[in-house]
Amino acid sequence: MSASATTVPAVEFRTVSKAFGPTKAVEALSLTIARGEFFSLLGPSGCGKTTTLRLLAGFETPDPGGEILIHGERVTSKRPYQRHLSMVFQNYALFPHLSVERNVAFGLEQRRMPAVGIRPRVRQALELVRLDPDTFSRRMPSQLSGGQRQRIALARALVLEPTILLLDEPLGAIDLKLRKEMQLELKALNQRLGITFVYVTHDQEEALTMSDRIAVMDRARIVQVGTPAEIYENPRTAFVAGFIGESNFLDGRAGGQAGGRWTVRRRDGLSFLIPDQAGLREGTPIRIAVRPEWMDLFLPGQVPAGENSILGTVRDVIYLGETMHVIVDGAEAEAMTVAVRNEGQLIKPLPWRRGDAVAVGWLPEDCQVLEEA
Amino acid sequence: MGRLRRRLLGWLWSRPALQGWTLIAPAGGWLLLFFLVPIGIMVGYSVMRRGIYGGVEPGFTLEHYARFFDPLYLAILRRTLVVSALCTLICLVLGYPVAYLIARSRRWRNLLLFLVVLPFWTSFLVRTFAMIFLFRDTGLVNTLLLRLGLIEAPLTLLYTPFAVMAGLVYSFLPFMILPIYATLERQDLSLLEAAAVLGAPPAARFRRVTLPLSMPGVVAGCLLVFIPALGSFLPSDLLGGAKQMLIGNLIQNQFAAARNWPFGSAASLVVMATVLVGVLAYLRTGHRPAPGMR
Repeated sequence: MSASATTVPAVEFRTVSKAFGPTKAVEALSLTIARGEFFSLLGPSGCGKTTTLRLLAGFETPDPGGEILIHGERVTSKRPYQRHLSMVFQNYALFPHLSVERNVAFGLEQRRMPAVGIRPRVRQALELVRLDPDTFSRRMPSQLSGGQRQRIALARALVLEPTILLLDEPLGAIDLKLRKEMQLELKALNQRLGITFVYVTHDQEEALTMSDRIAVMDRARIVQVGTPAEIYENPRTAFVAGFIGESNFLDGRAGGQAGGRWTVRRRDGLSFLIPDQAGLREGTPIRIAVRPEWMDLFLPGQVPAGENSILGTVRDVIYLGETMHVIVDGAEAEAMTVAVRNEGQLIKPLPWRRGDAVAVGWLPEDCQVLEEA
Repeated sequence: MGRLRRRLLGWLWSRPALQGWTLIAPAGGWLLLFFLVPIGIMVGYSVMRRGIYGGVEPGFTLEHYARFFDPLYLAILRRTLVVSALCTLICLVLGYPVAYLIARSRRWRNLLLFLVVLPFWTSFLVRTFAMIFLFRDTGLVNTLLLRLGLIEAPLTLLYTPFAVMAGLVYSFLPFMILPIYATLERQDLSLLEAAAVLGAPPAARFRRVTLPLSMPGVVAGCLLVFIPALGSFLPSDLLGGAKQMLIGNLIQNQFAAARNWPFGSAASLVVMATVLVGVLAYLRTGHRPAPGMR
């Protein structure tokens, strides 16, 4: 054995591409997913995340040149039923003609498990997804609520004790409160059972909540792979900065370097500071992103020393509950969103009104320099 | 006119219970006039005396029913049931793969469906006649086989049970294909993917998912073939050369040639009762539509 079992990744994509006619669904995708990891493929619809999952499941064959490995073994030419994966589908895909029990037992029966062994395993799987086997075993899928179907689909996948579980937007069709609950449950199952989860979602909040690592996809390619914190706090491109959370974008050209900082000059003559960047040269166009919650509002001229500032006018104040968003029109007519903690508008209302002149301030460290997309 | 309409609608509006009845009245009236009334007439005829030149004469008798239970006629009924069942089976075996193919093809679906329905553009009678030209000694089938050197002398195809069965199957095949196609076409293909991930190879996926979910279509198709096959008389008349009498021929003969209307009516009603009992039994046992498919 050249590599010990623990270092072999659960899943590996090597320059996998997939085109449907003239449409490129996935382009030169390379990816490594570690064992036991909760890995999310995140992106807008049509970005190729579902195709990536379907390639892994074996429903699609990669275009020549690409290679998919599961536990170090090439599976590119293997059929789905030879890959020993489990999957939870977006629409649950429960067999409508089979009872809950028979649905869950399907995979075990397919593996020629003796009938005596199947019943306890089915019970166990139902208990794992917190459904009472005595209540639900005999029911038909049409008699279940969306959340219950979701759990059955999960039980049907988990009963096979897979090493890898694929989930295709499994929480898309259930209501918000239940979704939050299921997110935590899925995460807990991942940690408890040590199964590798490959999770497809377009919901950035969901991906941030559950994932160990996230691959952000856009137009058939992976734009960035990283932990939720890396993705959120250090987005590589404007797409990532805009898709995951909200961002304010500021443009300019690199001025000079001094004291470990670079100056960025804007067209309006103003400038602000950003952290030192390798490979930056004077005159290079720069685009930066700043999260709304990392910006603060001040009266003009009262921004603390050492902070960047841009003057502007309050266009709107939006009430979101937990936070307030103040939209500020800057000097270059760009809109900036500043998130302010809501400390109770009835007791301690925000001092800013529409039309007020304000200064937006933020620390140079909070600037994320973006690459060209 | 407008006032009358408004008053009528207003009157109906205030009687919600009557609204449903009003909606089914046209169809209900049609059925009453062209289904229930004729059956009533037949029931009446079947217990009356036979008129010498056709028609009936007043009186009450059960002799026509008694006559039907003669071994000769029961043998015809039994043969008809066997022939119809065989026809249904052949239609199922031939029709299911066709329906499957149409349902799973994207580009050719409409063309293929069109081809299935195309024979209906010609009358049933003409199509059955056309089969004579296929099967006779100098017909297309024999000519082809002779030319290919597969046979030395023409085969006797026409006026055989084979020709009757071919005619029946040809006539009723679309009634098998279409309902099966309909259930297969709306089948959720992600169910097959789910089965695949759960370890089911293609054959198991068909057996455990596709087939059970298409059972409502299979049941409908079987009924739509079996019932008209049971009453058919044209294929056996034209292609069987009246050598192989089916119950349809018997009934037709009683009304036309033998001018025994009461016996014809009694035979019809016995066949109807047989079908009714058989179909009800068929629907009650096993072949219930899958839950969730209704």
